[in-house]
Amino acid sequence: MTEEYSIVVEQLCRRFGDFTAVDHISFSVKRGEIFGFLGANGAGKTTTIRMLCGLLLPTSGHASVAGLDILTQSEAVKQVIGYMSQKFSLYEDLTVAENLEFYAGIYGLRGAAFRRERQRVIEMMGLAGFIDKLTRDLPTGWKQRLALSCAVMHHPQVLFLDEPTSGVDPIARRQFWNLIYSLAAGGQTIFVTTHYMDEAEYCNRLSIMHAGKIIAVGSPSELKRRYRKSTVEQVFIGLVKAGEAA
Amino acid sequence: MKQRVIALMRKEFIHIIRDLRSLAIIFLLPILMVIIYGYAVTFDVKEIRLAVLDESRSLESRRLSESLTASRYFLLVARLQSREEIEPLFLERRARAVLIIPRSFAQDLVAGSAQVQAVIDAADASTAVVAVNYLRSGLLQHSLTLNEAAFRPPMRIEPRVWYNPDLKSTFFIVPGLIAVIMMMICALLTSVTIARERETGTMEQIFVSPVHPWEIIIGKMSPYVILALLDGLGILLFARLVFKVPFRGSSLLFLALSIIFVVASLSIGLMISTRAKTQQAAMMIALLSTLMPSLLLSGFLYPIASLPKLLRVISVVVPAKYFLIIDRGIILKGAGMSQLLEPTLFLTLFSLVLMGISIKTFKMHF
Repeated sequence: MTEEYSIVVEQLCRRFGDFTAVDHISFSVKRGEIFGFLGANGAGKTTTIRMLCGLLLPTSGHASVAGLDILTQSEAVKQVIGYMSQKFSLYEDLTVAENLEFYAGIYGLRGAAFRRERQRVIEMMGLAGFIDKLTRDLPTGWKQRLALSCAVMHHPQVLFLDEPTSGVDPIARRQFWNLIYSLAAGGQTIFVTTHYMDEAEYCNRLSIMHAGKIIAVGSPSELKRRYRKSTVEQVFIGLVKAGEAA
Repeated sequence: MKQRVIALMRKEFIHIIRDLRSLAIIFLLPILMVIIYGYAVTFDVKEIRLAVLDESRSLESRRLSESLTASRYFLLVARLQSREEIEPLFLERRARAVLIIPRSFAQDLVAGSAQVQAVIDAADASTAVVAVNYLRSGLLQHSLTLNEAAFRPPMRIEPRVWYNPDLKSTFFIVPGLIAVIMMMICALLTSVTIARERETGTMEQIFVSPVHPWEIIIGKMSPYVILALLDGLGILLFARLVFKVPFRGSSLLFLALSIIFVVASLSIGLMISTRAKTQQAAMMIALLSTLMPSLLLSGFLYPIASLPKLLRVISVVVPAKYFLIIDRGIILKGAGMSQLLEPTLFLTLFSLVLMGISIKTFKMHF
């Protein structure tokens, strides 16, 4: 199991008072897969990702990331995951180089290893021209690349991306997805939430979430075949309408 | 572990260096406060502006007014002709006190019992009290010179004022300033910097990394500890060079107890940051809960004994109060550990309790 699956979620549940944000969801993600989490705002995507990253405790249920239990081995989980939030959590008053150095530092990267990783992400993300710029002066698309760089320098086995492309123009979004593909090709498992339907088409497999529940899982082509639609968007709208009618 | 703490510290120093607001609080504020409190806000009242209404117009009355205005405590600003002139003088703030010497002064003096009247502008009550006291002792002095043999009071006081023989207020203010500045840097700046990381989401980004909560606390707080202690040292040096404020005690003891105070202040900052959602909120709470009590309820500006009962009770939980006893003791009196045991115990107790609570709440918030 642990060899084949990077993320295994069983009956995971999170309540905030009377409100159930995530309602007994179960799914698993294979190693090296780009797994999309599709849903409207408030569907429970971010709550799920925060539980898997150890930022939030589940009310009930189990989950493991890279073979490690998120409840009992949360410290070990933190070593093997990367996380990029929709806010691009960067220090605006630090330069690009200083942000990279800081995030490498908190993962314990230093010396030759740090310089090697720094060079790798700078080349991969094309950040060379911005290295000494203050982060607040970067265009949004470049902030997004820097945030991704900071999240992958320590070679996480599983990378969590929470709406990584919100507020970014379509060209930058396309380029960003190319980066995600190259990371996945390197063997990293990518767990990405989005509400952009075109991005959903890029994923290996998708899970559609609505009102805290997973209402469909499968590859984009499987889903389109199963529900007899020509795009993921039509699949999504059909499912959500059916869900609300029921 | 060391690596992660160093990364956090480095980053925090960069934040401080690039942020004008924190730079101002760390470097400009202490200098400004020392200068303002050292030069401008002296509680020693000198040269009270005095006007004289001499109805006696005698040699005796002239001697009295000369004897008063010759001292450095009074400055003669006007000679009045009538009582109607008094009020305009006070309204225009040209004089604080008026001495009225009655027509019969010279005869009464010969008879052995003369009276003069003093009219005081008490819009500023504390200066008025000082003026009355100065006039009283000025008159006493003058009486003695007139007829020392006849006038022999049964008791006299010979004051010897220790530790601050000239009763300079800088001696009194500087130790207080050190406490206030350290409190400001530790409680205000740290609560704001943590609130900022929560606002921008970077705190969350740190929490998903393998960094332990106490590494975050050490990494984020130690730059402020260093700066607070440097500021304390800077104020001491400045006060010594410019205002000749002595340092009579052990510097090692001073450093050790300063660290305890700094830990208490940091813990308050940490506690504020776990509750405040925004930087503005953190700043407001920090100002109200640390700066105000440190200024008003610590014995810095007003003696604790002069506070109303309720405030005196509150002052029991103001850490600056204990640190003030300690640093005044070390700086001015050269007191040692054994004499400062009680405030040190209280301060240490506070630091431990506050640190415990703040670390607990800090963990709960992620």
